[in-house]
Amino acid sequence: MSILVIAEHDNDTLKSATLNTVTAALQIGGDVAVLVAGSDCQSVAEQAAKISGISKVLIADNPAYEKFLAENMMPLIVELSAGKTHLLAAATTSGKNIMPGVAALLDVAQISEIISVESADTFQRPIYAGNAIATVQSLDAIKVLTVRTTGFDETAVAGSAEIEVLATVCDSGKSRFVSEEVVASERPELTSAKVIISGGRGMGNGENFSLLEAVADKLGAAVGASRAAVDAGFVSNDMQVGQTGKIVAPELYIAVGISGAIQHLAGMKDSKVIVAINKDEDAPIFSIADYGLVADLFEVVPQLAEQL
Amino acid sequence: MKVLVTVKRVIDYNVKVRVKADNSGVDLNNVKMAMNPFCEIAVEEAIRLKEAGVATEVVAVSLGPKACQEQLRTALALGADRAIHVETEQELESLNVAKLLAKIVEIEQPAIVILGKQSIDTDNNQTGQMLAALTGMPQGTFASKIVINNDKALVTREVDGGLQTIELNMPIIATTDLRLNEPRYASLPNIMKAKRKPLAVKTVEELGVTLKEHSKIVSVNAPAERQAGIKVADVTELVDKLKNEAKVI
Repeated sequence: MSILVIAEHDNDTLKSATLNTVTAALQIGGDVAVLVAGSDCQSVAEQAAKISGISKVLIADNPAYEKFLAENMMPLIVELSAGKTHLLAAATTSGKNIMPGVAALLDVAQISEIISVESADTFQRPIYAGNAIATVQSLDAIKVLTVRTTGFDETAVAGSAEIEVLATVCDSGKSRFVSEEVVASERPELTSAKVIISGGRGMGNGENFSLLEAVADKLGAAVGASRAAVDAGFVSNDMQVGQTGKIVAPELYIAVGISGAIQHLAGMKDSKVIVAINKDEDAPIFSIADYGLVADLFEVVPQLAEQL
Repeated sequence: MKVLVTVKRVIDYNVKVRVKADNSGVDLNNVKMAMNPFCEIAVEEAIRLKEAGVATEVVAVSLGPKACQEQLRTALALGADRAIHVETEQELESLNVAKLLAKIVEIEQPAIVILGKQSIDTDNNQTGQMLAALTGMPQGTFASKIVINNDKALVTREVDGGLQTIELNMPIIATTDLRLNEPRYASLPNIMKAKRKPLAVKTVEELGVTLKEHSKIVSVNAPAERQAGIKVADVTELVDKLKNEAKVI
C-alpha cells in the first residue's frame, strides 16, 4: 500500500487535523507520504517531517498553491497519485473542496468523512446526520478518502522524515483569491479544543456571548454556537457546530441555551462529557447530556465563571 | 444567461431516521420525502438571479425514480422555467450523478450550475466538486454570496476560519451553504401553474453515460446511543461533578 496524505496548514503552521489524518493512514498500513502544497511553506514541511510513522514529505512551494484553490490543487494531487493506493485529506472545508474533484478526475469514488478503518478497502462513515453508520467497501483501485478528525487520535510528532521538493506547478488561471475575513481569536480552534462552550438561540443576541467568553477564559475553552445562533446573526459562521458546520469531540462540551436540534447533536454528540444548561427541562439536549442544569442561563453562567 | 439548478429528493429533515432490521440501509417506506434543504437554497438563488435580471432562464434537473418529479414540480412552482428528469431506478453514487449532470451541462450550456453543498441523507458533500472537475468549470463551494459580473463571478465561501471570497471565470459551478439566502414558499397559484410548465424525461441510456459501481454498502447500523445523565441542582454541584466525578476541569 502506498498512501498520500494532503497536509492541512496555513503556510505557516501545520494544522493538527493532519495528525488525525495520518493516524487513519497508518491504520490502513503501508508507506505514508505527506504532501505540503502551499506558498512559502518550508516551515510547514519541516513540521510535517517530524510526524511519526511517515516515510517522506513532499513539498510543492509555489504562489499558485497559496490559497489552496481547488483548480490548482486538483491537477497536482492527480499527478502525484500515480502508484498510490489511497489519497487522504482531513474533512475540513479545504479537504472537502479539493478531494472530490481529484476522485472524479481519477474516475474513482470519494468516501467522505470516514470515522474508522475496517480494512484497507472498507471504512465506516456517518450518514443521515450521524443517525446511521454505514460500512462502505471501495471497489476502486485508488481510494480517495476524507477523514473526520474526531474519529482518529493525533499521531505522535517524534519522527524525522526526509523532505522532497517538487517542481510541478499547476496554475489553471480559472480562479483567483480575492479576500478573506478570518476571525482572529486568542482562543483554541474549535476542532482541536479540549473544552468547548457553545451558545444557542437562548443567548438572545451576540453581546451575550461575552458571558460564555468569561467561562471560556477560565477553562481555556473555545466558543461555539448552534446553527440557530449563527442564522440569527448573533455570531459568525466559523463558530457553528453541527452536521454542516464543525464536527467536534472535546473532553468537555458545555451547551448553553441550545435546545438540541438533530443537526447540532450530529456535530458534538461524540464529546466525552456533555453539560447542558437550558431553562426548558424538556429540551432534547438533556437526553444526551451527562450533566443537565435546568436554569436561566443569564443567572447561572456568570455563577459558573465565578466558581471556576 | 441560463442557470441550471439541481434538486434531490431526500427524506424530510424532520423525520426520525430508522435503520432497517436487516442492516441493509435506512427505512424509507412510507416516510415523508422532500426537496433536500440545500437544494431549496440552490433553487432560490437561481430564481433570485433571474429576478435580478442576471439570468434569463432557470432549468431544474433531478435524477432518480419517477417520484423525483414531485420535487421538480416544486422547483417549477418556486419559479424555475422548465425541468429535466433523468429517470432511473438505480441507486446513483455521486460520481455517476456528476457524470450524468456533466452530460446535461454539455447539452444545456448553462453559465452557472447551482447545487446544494450536500444532501442530508448521504452527507457526502462531493457532487458539485466532481461536476466541476469533469466539466473543467471552476468551483465556488459552500457559497454564502454569489455576484456575477459579465464573464466573472465573485463567490464568498464559508470556510473553517471564516469567509473567503474568490473570483471565478464563467461559466462556474456553485454549491450552496446555509446562509446564501432564505428560500421562499410556493404560492398556490404558482403550484397550479407549475403543472403546465415543461418537464422533459430522459434516460441514462439516452445521455450515453455508463454507470459504474465504485463502492458498496456492506451494512448500515444505528449509532451507539448516548445515555442521558443526571440533573444537577445548581452551579456548585455542577462544578463539583466536573471536578471530582468527570474529572474534566
